[in-house]
Amino acid sequence: MKILIMGCGRVGAQIAALLEQDGHDITILDIDAYSFRRLPPDFKGTALLGNGMDGDVLKRAGIEEADVFIAMTQGDNRNVMAAQIAKHIFHVPRVISRIYDPLRQEMYDTLGLEAFSPTAIFAELVREKVES
Amino acid sequence: MYIIIIGGGRVGYYLAKALLNEKHEVLIVEKNAQFCDIINEEMGSVCVRGDGCEAATLTEVGTSRADMLVAVTGEDEDNLVACQVAKHKFNVPRTIARIRNPQNEAIFKKLGIDVTVSATNIILEAIEKEVPTHPLTHLITRADKGLEVVEVRIPQDAKTIGKSVKEVRLPEGTKLALVIPKDRKPAIPNPGTVIREGDQIIALTTPELEEELRAILTGI
Repeated sequence: MKILIMGCGRVGAQIAALLEQDGHDITILDIDAYSFRRLPPDFKGTALLGNGMDGDVLKRAGIEEADVFIAMTQGDNRNVMAAQIAKHIFHVPRVISRIYDPLRQEMYDTLGLEAFSPTAIFAELVREKVES
Repeated sequence: MYIIIIGGGRVGYYLAKALLNEKHEVLIVEKNAQFCDIINEEMGSVCVRGDGCEAATLTEVGTSRADMLVAVTGEDEDNLVACQVAKHKFNVPRTIARIRNPQNEAIFKKLGIDVTVSATNIILEAIEKEVPTHPLTHLITRADKGLEVVEVRIPQDAKTIGKSVKEVRLPEGTKLALVIPKDRKPAIPNPGTVIREGDQIIALTTPELEEELRAILTGI
């Protein structure tokens, strides 16, 4: 599959590495070239400098052929906006985004975005650990 | 009207002042405590500190009874989310977003924002008006109706000079509303009106057809 990831932080870089191992074609976007240091040294995908909320940058990154778009920046609103552009403007078949704020995540989930909240997931995980 | 403004920066500040002068009920949501203090000192208690994209903050300021929410922070994505939360969680009838990237106008419209205001576009339009050589000027744009009113000046070497309106094949969906000749009175054009050099023509068109209209009227 052709997978486009926005945000090359720890999580974004790790996802890129894992999915590449599984044989997928990866393009990863970040607004800071320094972030690409997190990619494994043998990364064969494309690392592209640019803002994932900009339609022209997304086109250059090949969003029109992408099967999956993953929004993984630090900013909830940036992820929300880029994910909606991917879904509603470029009609990417599968769009996944991280939204830290559980309330916002819930709302966008009901609006049809596949969003998950690390805050909610982690809190639940810790609760289980504590209570087990 | 009860109007909520997200972002207490320069735009939010002056917008609030103008709306208060017009006797509207205004409330600003601003993240920065210092900005909040300044606004509250100057305008009375009209500013609440908080994140305007968070449902909790919007509940606190009574967004469900707001007639309008205007998001004017410096970040397009924050303005988008504030408007979407207001629309989907609080059913605010009208949402307006400030945008910095003119590209986002079409995107925001598609994502359900009622009105977008782009300072970049406004400045561009103002420059167009001040540059006399530019043959097409935007007078009014109604993005929500896909309609614009433009002014086209007929340059001296235009192919249309001497032709009547009915001889000029205008794109479908475009109408000439008014002709302002250089030295005669303005008139509403009829099929027999002859186009002359220097005429200012006010026309109704759409963003898609504007380039074609300009090419036909000013074509060489």
